[in-house]
Amino acid sequence: MSRESILAALRQSEPPDPGLPEIEGRWQHFDDRATRFAAALEGAGGRCIRVPARPRIAAELQGLEAFRQARRRASVVDGLGDPNVSLGDLDDPRRLADVGFALLPGSLAVAESGAVWVDASDYLHRAVLFLPEHLGLVVRVPDLVDTLHQAYERIRFEGVGFGCFLAGPSKTADIEQALVIGAHGARSVTVFLVGRS
Amino acid sequence: MTHAERAALFAAEPGRSAWHDEALWSVRQRRDEAVRALPEWGRLVELAGQLKAHTLARLPDYLEQFESEATARGAVVHWAKDAAEHNRIVLGLLEERRVERVAKSKSMLTEECGLNPYLEARGIEVIDTDLGERIVQLRNEAPSHIVLPAIHLKRTEIGALFHEHLGTPAGESEPAALVAAARQDLRRRFLSAQAGITGVNFGIAETGGIVVCTNEGNADLGTSLPPLHIASMGIEKLIPRLADLSVFLRLLARSATGQPITAYTSHFHGPRPDAELHIVLVDNGRSALRAREAVREALHCIRCGACMNTCPVFRYGGGHAYGATIPGPIGSVLEPAKHPQHHASLPFACSGCGACGGVCPVGIDLPQQLQSLRAESGPQRGAMGLRAMSFAMRGRRRYALATGVMRLAQRLLPRLVIERMARGWTRDRALPQAARESFRSWWQKQERGR
Amino acid sequence: MRVALFVPCFVDQFAPGMARATLEVLAAQGVEASYPRNQTCCGQPAWNAGLPDAARPLARHFARTFADFDYVVAPSASCVAMVRRHYAGLLGRDSGSEGFDTARVFELCEFLWEVLGVREIEGRFPHRVGLHVGCHGLRELGLGNASERIRGRRPDPIRRLLESLAGIEIVDLARPDECCGFGGTFAVGEPEMSAQMGRARLADHAAAGAEVLVSADPSCLLHLGGLIERQARAWPVLHVAEVLAGHAWPRSQEVEGA
Repeated sequence: MSRESILAALRQSEPPDPGLPEIEGRWQHFDDRATRFAAALEGAGGRCIRVPARPRIAAELQGLEAFRQARRRASVVDGLGDPNVSLGDLDDPRRLADVGFALLPGSLAVAESGAVWVDASDYLHRAVLFLPEHLGLVVRVPDLVDTLHQAYERIRFEGVGFGCFLAGPSKTADIEQALVIGAHGARSVTVFLVGRS
Repeated sequence: MTHAERAALFAAEPGRSAWHDEALWSVRQRRDEAVRALPEWGRLVELAGQLKAHTLARLPDYLEQFESEATARGAVVHWAKDAAEHNRIVLGLLEERRVERVAKSKSMLTEECGLNPYLEARGIEVIDTDLGERIVQLRNEAPSHIVLPAIHLKRTEIGALFHEHLGTPAGESEPAALVAAARQDLRRRFLSAQAGITGVNFGIAETGGIVVCTNEGNADLGTSLPPLHIASMGIEKLIPRLADLSVFLRLLARSATGQPITAYTSHFHGPRPDAELHIVLVDNGRSALRAREAVREALHCIRCGACMNTCPVFRYGGGHAYGATIPGPIGSVLEPAKHPQHHASLPFACSGCGACGGVCPVGIDLPQQLQSLRAESGPQRGAMGLRAMSFAMRGRRRYALATGVMRLAQRLLPRLVIERMARGWTRDRALPQAARESFRSWWQKQERGR
Repeated sequence: MRVALFVPCFVDQFAPGMARATLEVLAAQGVEASYPRNQTCCGQPAWNAGLPDAARPLARHFARTFADFDYVVAPSASCVAMVRRHYAGLLGRDSGSEGFDTARVFELCEFLWEVLGVREIEGRFPHRVGLHVGCHGLRELGLGNASERIRGRRPDPIRRLLESLAGIEIVDLARPDECCGFGGTFAVGEPEMSAQMGRARLADHAAAGAEVLVSADPSCLLHLGGLIERQARAWPVLHVAEVLAGHAWPRSQEVEGA
């Protein structure tokens, strides 16, 4: 069997082993994570809107053209996003293709890169991260970390699961290095950062 | 054809070579800016090298751990000793489920295995969904760069291609318009795909998870809709722990394009509900490379492409000149290491500048690996001449004889004859003239005068 | 201190002025270098072409020739890099060369800066200089900081010593340390790439306003000089040693009495 022959071939040689290192070092630190996050997100083609508290998000959403114009809307954030698509009742994720706006919760956000971690392990349809035309992500200020090192201190995969770092909208520079926002996934990403720094 | 011949063809196309050089140099500059912004870059490179060396040393154990963890989460793990077996396994999975339409995201491993033509010959449609890959697929050519597959093409050429295949207006070459057309077309493909095939950027032994990084989201669109996800993974892509991703992810996108992270970094642990995840582990010469001290470090590669962006020969000669799945400096190690006869010219497609080693984010000593492959490659053109010259240099008298002959030849032979003999040099450069008095004779005169 | 001069074979035959200038620069600092006549070649061309068996006897010969000197100085960063970086691997524990300490082989500016502690050279060179940074000196000997390394803090003796000359202006290139394309056998094995890369360097120097091309590596100068002559540019091509020694200029490629 190939499994056995591959493992046997590997066991025939013993490359030198420098040992498993600890991931430690003097990592970048930001005094004002929120500002840094917003700048990094903008650099990635996304947008950050600060709100003092969750309920304010509703008003901010109304201020977004992408939201107002979305005829079909989905949401995984309790009480927000004014959804008219019931994700739990959807049998085919392909039906999410014409969702104009989806609001999702982020469990942490990374200041160095503008990335938001969306844990979709419990989602029936993880396609809600990728198919809708526009995305809104909700993150709390206390869940903002400096770098990926702190992020992975908090991410766990005990069993079956799926998670994704989303850093701004879908994009490509495959044509003459010209950056175009909105390749095959979301054409815009708006992060609502909740709370005071 | 050798690399030199293909590179010469690329350089002969009007407006191609200098333009290609500028495009890649700007990517290299963006990498420089990203590195400049991260004071801990050196520490990350050091850790990455150590992590890869350690994982490679303990690879059989980590592979078993990965298989166990992945299986516990409901993934099915297959083992393929070579490209042919990989292709058979993938075909088997697709045929069993009567799949006719596949959406495939970027995977250099599937290129290496020749998966697309294999499946297409058996009636399965494979759509490459990375935009750059889609472009070269429509042109029926290989990608020319592992991260920027269509970097060798101008917007007008892509515009003409899309006009022919996607119905964009004739003469339309604005990137935004072309991308919009591709978006429409590819979203249709995602919706109708019956299976998604991806590569794997990192496999995590600790959790049995696989990580795929894209800017377009195409790997995710291809795998979140159909009921089957096949992930092709080279056995060297493993890392020990989830937390190790922090090191590699902080290095990868910065090295590749200057971004701190790609738009999508997906972590798959087991299949979706009511769907399947199959991971195909592929050897195809990797265990053999691992056994060779001189080239084993090349297996640390995380496929960022920085060495290509920095290599002047890549920039001026293009990626297709290498005639190999993986081009550039890393390809010039990996490919001849696996197929020395077929890729004999690649270690010599290098001026020895050393810049590639300076940009590698996992610290592979590419210049040294290229040099050891030169010694392994066997005689090249001009080897006889160099042996003769070196023989002549072994002692003072032989040296005097050889240089005497050379000076005489330069004085007596017609210039045209000399130029033709040294054609490789003289086509573009003037030959130097021997000085009337060599340093050696001048010194001797000085000594006598004392 | 006993200092020997190593003169690469090309310099000996085609550009002896570079070697004479090297002697003068050393003499100006009170160092009378001698020239062991047994010397031939450091073996780099053969080694670079993947022929270590052809290079090994030359390395042994080099080690024997220079065994009794405290320092060996060469006006060629690439030859020095060959000795310092690759002789250990080539010679291994060859008993005939045991004890040859390759660390005492230096490029000229390196020697001035590190061993003699020289920080400035008396002299004038009131011209716009295009300084070509050779890859071997930069990346193998650490003379300066490679642009891709971002955070280097090494001194750059070649540049600093040139800058100490009165009136000199070293122009700013778009690509300060791009390879010229010589690369040893690469120059004839990949002639198109070699010429492209060289011509791109010349265009960079031209755009930056250089009047004269200077380098510490004779092989880069051979290659760039050959291209310059075909392009009919009126640029003199000078070795760093010649500039530091105050040798007469303007002068095009070294063609003595021809």
